[in-house]
Amino acid sequence: MAAPESYPDDLRYHPEHDWARIEDGEATIGITWYAQDSLGEIVHYEPPQVGALLRKDAPYGEVESVKAVSDLIAPLSGEVLEVNSEVIEEPEIVNEDPYGRGWLARIRLSDPAEVASLLDAEGYRALLSELG
Amino acid sequence: MQGLRRTPLYGRHLALGARTVEFAGWEMPVWYQGVVAEHLAVRRECGVFDVSHMGELEVEGPRARELLQRALSNDIDRLRPGRAQYTLLTNERGGIVDDLIAYQISPGRYLLVVNAANRSTAFAWLKEREAPGSDVRDVSAEYGMIAVQGPRSLERLELPPAPSFTFVEGTIDGIACLVSRTGYTGEVGVELLVSADEASALWDRVLDRGATPCGLAARDTLRIEACYPLHGQDIGPDTDAISAGLGFACALDKEFTGVAELRRIAAQGPRRQLVPFVMDEKAVPRPGMSIVEGGTVTSGTHSPLLERGIGLGYVPSPIARPGEKITIDVRGRPRAATIVDKPMYKPMYKPTPERKEGGVGSA
Repeated sequence: MAAPESYPDDLRYHPEHDWARIEDGEATIGITWYAQDSLGEIVHYEPPQVGALLRKDAPYGEVESVKAVSDLIAPLSGEVLEVNSEVIEEPEIVNEDPYGRGWLARIRLSDPAEVASLLDAEGYRALLSELG
Repeated sequence: MQGLRRTPLYGRHLALGARTVEFAGWEMPVWYQGVVAEHLAVRRECGVFDVSHMGELEVEGPRARELLQRALSNDIDRLRPGRAQYTLLTNERGGIVDDLIAYQISPGRYLLVVNAANRSTAFAWLKEREAPGSDVRDVSAEYGMIAVQGPRSLERLELPPAPSFTFVEGTIDGIACLVSRTGYTGEVGVELLVSADEASALWDRVLDRGATPCGLAARDTLRIEACYPLHGQDIGPDTDAISAGLGFACALDKEFTGVAELRRIAAQGPRRQLVPFVMDEKAVPRPGMSIVEGGTVTSGTHSPLLERGIGLGYVPSPIARPGEKITIDVRGRPRAATIVDKPMYKPMYKPTPERKEGGVGSA
């Protein structure tokens, strides 16, 4: 079930434990291994509407485990192009494959310059080690 | 987690890789492998829980019976040695100070297993009402408690079937314990009360016999499916037993604290009632959410067995019946739910035919 801990080098990270894979002015976003591990088994994904405008650092949806609900924080600003309907039906995919099949939304970046403020994998790992 | 109490099994939990949380002042395992697997182990096979945080009070003496008959809602005279009963410690308003299980060890000697969060309150409550001839002692530190629950639990421990709410002083693999046919999961099973210094050895034996270690998260999802209220959440000093559906634990024909108010509520009918519900739409109900038709969710979670949101909540009596549609306000989003029968699932365990009259069933 649960994936082994990892923080791929090709992703950028938001300190609220979200990742973004940036390609051609678009980003695929999701939550990190650390986030899904802290929550436990994900049982519900409340997605944003397609077409909604996400604002960097603001909540855009929710994921819930058996015990807790957690706001999803947008790592970048942009318009929602697609949400992962497979995860809506089978939220545990987020635990199994947080960076692959467990992606949450795809957005068109409204301010690509924001990418510079995100952490790289090394910076995110350093942040986690501070959290203990 | 500083300043929290730990049970005698704390080291075992860490060794098993448990994630721990604060609960009622204790640092307790919330899950080991994951709540879904643990929940399903209890519904399908056998799970084991550390419930050593529960409090144990001993009430002893020639007037112990009299004290308990006045303080507790159920009829203590229905007990005899080897029998236990679910009962309530009530206040003058018929509110629930604690819900507990009373065991008659011998005539004039009772053991009360109380909620961890209410241990000192329940102890003080009884101590205040103690009279010469009824000695109340908090013996919690002397005991560990291990719940073994699930359709295969008796088989795994090589225990004979026994009616629920009975107990014996016995041994498991040579370790002395009180073996009680009780639990908080809705499955057949036992709760083992063991001396604190032998709790770890008993835990190891139970794991060796193939029980899956389960944390508080599974304990919560299991008891919600079984529609057992949790004190401090579904019931408390400001909720009465009748509205909470606990009238079966109130002997209204005897005198006890708050009985007049409970008789009045029973006669007039409660204004609201605690009911179980299942979500019709994808959403997880949580305690404190409003029910649009009136009332509040008091317990809510995702059911690993039903694979949908489930909960308990108080609704106005006119709609408090199975099949009624209600709407849960999930952080501003209305989500449809249906009130259902108790419990929310069908137990797998079937009593062996020859024991059927004995009343073997879920506790």
